[in-house]
Amino acid sequence: MARMKFLCDAERCINCNACTTACKNEHDVPWGINRRRVVTLNEGKPGERSISVACMHCSDAPCIAVCPVDCIYQTEQGVVLHNKDLCIGCGYCFYACPFGAPQYPQASNFGSRGKMDKCTFCSGGPETSHRPEEVSKGGYGRNRLAEGKLPLCAEMCSTKALLAGDGDEVSNIYRERALVRGFGSGAWGWGQAYQMKSGS
Amino acid sequence: MQAATRRKPTAFGRILVLLGALLLPLALTASGTAETPEGLPPTMGPPQGNLLMSGNQAEMWRAVRMGISGRVSILDEKAGTLVQSGGEDLRAFRNGPLSSGGGWLLLASVLVVSAFFAYRGRIKIDRGKSGRTVERFTGFERLIHWVMACSFIVLALTGLNMLYGKHVLLPLLGPVAFAELTQLGKYSHNYIAFAFMASVAVMFVMWVSHNLPDRLDVQWLAKGGGLFAKGVHPPAKKFNAGQKVIFWAVVLGGFSIAFSGICLLLPFEIHPFAATFKILNLVGFALPTDLSPLQETQLALLWHGIMALLLIAVIIGHIYIGSLGMQGALAAVTSGQVDENWAREHHSLWLAEHRGEKVGGDD
Repeated sequence: MARMKFLCDAERCINCNACTTACKNEHDVPWGINRRRVVTLNEGKPGERSISVACMHCSDAPCIAVCPVDCIYQTEQGVVLHNKDLCIGCGYCFYACPFGAPQYPQASNFGSRGKMDKCTFCSGGPETSHRPEEVSKGGYGRNRLAEGKLPLCAEMCSTKALLAGDGDEVSNIYRERALVRGFGSGAWGWGQAYQMKSGS
Repeated sequence: MQAATRRKPTAFGRILVLLGALLLPLALTASGTAETPEGLPPTMGPPQGNLLMSGNQAEMWRAVRMGISGRVSILDEKAGTLVQSGGEDLRAFRNGPLSSGGGWLLLASVLVVSAFFAYRGRIKIDRGKSGRTVERFTGFERLIHWVMACSFIVLALTGLNMLYGKHVLLPLLGPVAFAELTQLGKYSHNYIAFAFMASVAVMFVMWVSHNLPDRLDVQWLAKGGGLFAKGVHPPAKKFNAGQKVIFWAVVLGGFSIAFSGICLLLPFEIHPFAATFKILNLVGFALPTDLSPLQETQLALLWHGIMALLLIAVIIGHIYIGSLGMQGALAAVTSGQVDENWAREHHSLWLAEHRGEKVGGDD
């Protein structure tokens, strides 16, 4: 089965934020929560680069390791999902996540952050059956994967900087690009996210 | 006159300028396309124009890996960090040395207490109960003790559940019941913490004058507090050296745990570690002093756990000797009335003072 991965090509991202907007709209993500964001480095200087970042669905995910109630799990496709019914809002997953992916409705109210929310790789939550006609319940957003579609952020990307899908295909596309261009900054974040299990 | 005509160019003029502007880049790139090998699609061939990464690009990616921040259109500044490695350290330490070390520590504490019980049994009042009692702790002192004791036990159990519950209770209760329990535990932990903090503060003020170390403590400690032999009873005032150790462990440990706990209640707001590390670096440490708010919170979480586990290990000993381990000790914090013979054996100077007797020669 395909191992789902994200890849953001920093040589292509133009910081248009279409990915963040698409994500917010597709999943009715509440105000204050950002499942995906675009970070601009060296802004206004030579070598400025923008990168779109969300949950990378790590192979050996630190969030899963530190969750005290075991509410985060990984699907067969490598997608890291969580069960909001079990989440106690302790914040450990945010402390552990290298990419700052977990989000909470409240920053702090004596630590009562509410239920964690994060990118689902457009595959809903545990309550979603894999019937395409069913829209996800429980605030996880739509299950596009079950509909045979890929994450909307990547599909919406105007420069195809953001790639999402089968890790092998994604890395093939990127490798081809880097070869043609003669350079590339490497598959950003892949070492961090996939080094445990992924061969690529 | 000329200026006026310049300000108002004709529509045709505007279009010409626009066309020029649009065509100019094309004209410039036309010379570039000549370098592309024949027959290749426009995406192939060497990179066009000045696109090659300069040398500092590699440096930038290294810096990203080290946790530099960029600009992000979210108000939360933390979102500007692309990769933070502190989380890996948090995971490695929490799921490694903290969990296993803490587990061994608690086990060791229980084993030491059990071994002591096996060796010494219940420490009896040597002369037996006199039947006459004397008030050791007032109602207020006992109230503070029990507020602290009850809150500490709730905090300890709910805290241990956060660290070990996943491995111990989750398989027994199932995910839903365990999550409900842990959620309840989290709220209890966050609010009952204030009762604990208040009781530690009151106890400090109430008992600090009785807990300052003095010469008697050296004597008491030299005789092992009389714990290891029958009939040995080094003199002590209201608190002996062992109790003073408990007092200071609770005050200092309690303060440390409470402070790191407040840092966790208000995550990312309080930054004590960078300042502490600066001071430690003065005496030869080489700790990082440039810590992000997230790193401060990660350290607070680990420190909270370390100190809490240490204090729990100490308190296991305290609970044992105050109840099962010694006849007559528990009464001090229940009814407040202790047997006179118990008081004479364990707190001889306090008893004498309490009865208004003159204490000769000591301190």
